[in-house]
This record gives sequence, C-alpha cells and structure tokens, in this order.
Amino acid sequence: MEEVRLHGFWPSPYVYRVIWALKLKGVQYEYIEEDLSNKSQALLQYNPAHKKVPVLVHGGKPVAESLIILEYIEETWSQNPLLPADPHERAMARFWIDFGQQKCRTFFSFYLATEEDKEKETKEVLEILKIIQDQALGDKKFFGGNKIGLLDLSFGWLAHWFECTQEVVGIQILEHSILPRLYEWTVNFKEEPVIKENLPDSSKLLTHFRWLKEKFSSPNPK
Amino acid sequence: MAEVKLFGNWASPFSCRVEVALKLKGVEYEFINEDVQNYKSPLLLKYNPVHKKVPVLVHNGKPISESLVILEYIDETWETGPSLLPKDPYERALVRFWTKFFDEKCLPALWNGCWSVGEEQEKAKEESTELLKILEGTLSDKKFFGGDTIGMVDIVANFISYWLIILQELVGFQVYTKEKFPKLGEWMDDYLNCNIIKENLPPKEKLTAIFRARFEAAAVTK
Repeated sequence: MEEVRLHGFWPSPYVYRVIWALKLKGVQYEYIEEDLSNKSQALLQYNPAHKKVPVLVHGGKPVAESLIILEYIEETWSQNPLLPADPHERAMARFWIDFGQQKCRTFFSFYLATEEDKEKETKEVLEILKIIQDQALGDKKFFGGNKIGLLDLSFGWLAHWFECTQEVVGIQILEHSILPRLYEWTVNFKEEPVIKENLPDSSKLLTHFRWLKEKFSSPNPK
Repeated sequence: MAEVKLFGNWASPFSCRVEVALKLKGVEYEFINEDVQNYKSPLLLKYNPVHKKVPVLVHNGKPISESLVILEYIDETWETGPSLLPKDPYERALVRFWTKFFDEKCLPALWNGCWSVGEEQEKAKEESTELLKILEGTLSDKKFFGGDTIGMVDIVANFISYWLIILQELVGFQVYTKEKFPKLGEWMDDYLNCNIIKENLPPKEKLTAIFRARFEAAAVTK
C-alpha cells in the first residue's frame, strides 16, 4: 500500500477537511505540521504554485488545494462514498462547494471588519448563510442527505471556526433564532464521531484568530 | 429523447467552453443566447437564481451552473466522444488544479489588467506575467495541456488564445507576446487550428466591436 502524507497547519480549516475525509475513508496517513513562517523544502517542492497547505502526498505524488484533494480522496478510495452517485446530484454538490469557495472573501471581510464596516459586512454574511441554509441544505439533516459528504466537509468551518470569527468580531449570526436549520446542522455535524474527535482546541483557535486579525489589520501587514 | 438546452452568450468564453464540450461529445442541444449585460430573462433567473449568470446547462429540465461544474457533468453523463478528463485520479487532480488556477488566478489578473489603468494596471501586468510563466512551464514539451489531444485544461484556457489577443490589441495591455512565451504561442496556434475550436469562436469583428464599446463606456465613466 502506498504511503500517504499530509502537510498541514493546526488552525487551518482547509487542512481539517482533508483530515476528516481521510478518516471517514479509514485511510492511514502521516501528518506533518508546517510552520508557515518557515515553510519546509518539501512543501515548496510539492506546491510551488501556491506554497500553501494542505498538500496530500500519495506514493510521492503531491495534490494541492483542499477541495481538489477531497475529490482525489473520493476517487482513490471507494469505501464510504462522499459524493452522490447520480451525476446531477454530484453537479449540485460541486456547485455548492464552488459557491462556498466564491464567498470566502465576504467571510474574510467580515472577520477583518472595523467598527464602521461591521453592519454592512454582517448583512452580507447573513445573506450568504441564508442562501446556504435555504437552498443548499433545505430540509436535509446534512448537505449530503442522511449522512455527511464532501459538501458538509467543505462547509465544516462554519460549525467550529466561524464561532471564533464571530467571537472576534463581537457579532453572533449563526444562531438558532436567526438560522435554525443551519444551526442544527452545525450541532449534528459536530456530533459525528470523526468530526467530534478531530477539531482544533477552541481556546487555542480563538487566541490564534485574535492574533491573526491584529496582524492583518496592522498598518504594515506582512 | 433527452433534452439539452444551453443558456449562454455568443461572446462569452465560459459559454464557449460548454459548447465545445457538448460538440466534442456529439450532444445535440438548443442554444439560447442571453444578453446578460442588459437583461436577464425570467428563465435564466429561474435556472440560476444564485448567480444569475451564463452558462447554464439544462438537461431534462434540471439546471447546472458554473462552467467547470458543467464540464465535469458533461464528461460524466455522455460517454460518446473523447474524455474531457483523464481516468486516473492523480491526473484528474492535476487537471482540476490547473483549471482552478486558470479561473481563480490567471483570468482575473488578465481581465483586471485589460480594464484598469495606471498603477493598478502595472500591478496586474506583473502578476499576469508571473502567472503566464507558470502556465508556460506546465506545458513543458506537450502539444496541448491535455497531452496529444485537447482536454479540459485546454478548453478552459480558451480565453488567452483568442479573447486576450483581441483585448490586448484594443486596449494596449501587452502582457502576452510570442517572444516572451514561445510555448504558449505554439499551443495557441495548434489550439486554434483544431476544427472544434476554430468553428466555435465568436466572430472577431463582432467581439472587437463589443469590447471597444465597453472600453469606451468605461473610459467615459472614469
């Protein structure tokens, strides 16, 4: 069996998408923690175009970009399928995965919002979350239906990392009173054993998010 | 008989990608031209309420949006004609990496470069040059990104072979030259020589006129 290695960084939700997928498929792997201020030669060699984590290396061959890694894992290990069998349903899953990706910038703006911007940024984030709740999730327990799939993994950051974002900004949006079904999804998602047992520590994450926001907001960000 | 409709726009490289894919697979379809700049039809808004854009493929009444998602759907649904993606999971991951790289990095930088001025344009020019260098590198000694025949990356990179060349002439944003990027130059010649590509390009004069009108309108508002 070929060796599987994952280059990651502990606070990254993108890295966790890959960890969850590997564990859901029961794939053994070696984890390598990267110091992003001092990237390893291996990382620079495996992902020269973006120089980012996560990078999955399978039998010496590197795959970069978390969403691409998820599709690679799904296609390489067929046990416990994480995408629907029907082509149209697969296309819908990929559409919503892409939607989440396209809206990253809005969530990032919310995270970095100054007092003046907060109201505007909050409104934009709420609009996106409503679309995700009403159109992507609908009445389903998980985005994947009765069990979690790649789309749930791609939105996984909403169930844990977004709590820290809201704490740092000082505004709560993803609450039961505002987005009941999406909120319930976050609860159900985190109850899944593979997810529950594989989340970064909340208080460490919060400290990291506060530090990162200050770094991005300083007059001379690196 | 299965019904296939494509809501697109004659001038759009994204729409063109889908037409090329359908034709490669020998799929009969009805093309509905949407003048998205000026008017979004009720059907378009019904089939793509989230983004309100073209292209949208409607197969047996079920809509799919976002050109990369549509291309994968076409490849999975119709087994006639050549495959758009390779069969091997690692090769597929590479195709997805490069199509994403093109759409998320190259296209925006090139597009911004064409429509911006002054310092912003200079910055876009530098960024575009670096990105084109990376693309040139991935071609190495292959005829097409897909190898001996065109594949999904070639179809997705259509913008640089035609739309960019027209825009460069019009707006004076010279980032690509055959001297600076000889491999891309050869790729463009071979690519535009493929019947399926050259028979499905928007007419040059019409496209130039549209871009010229937009450029002049943008200059006025600045």
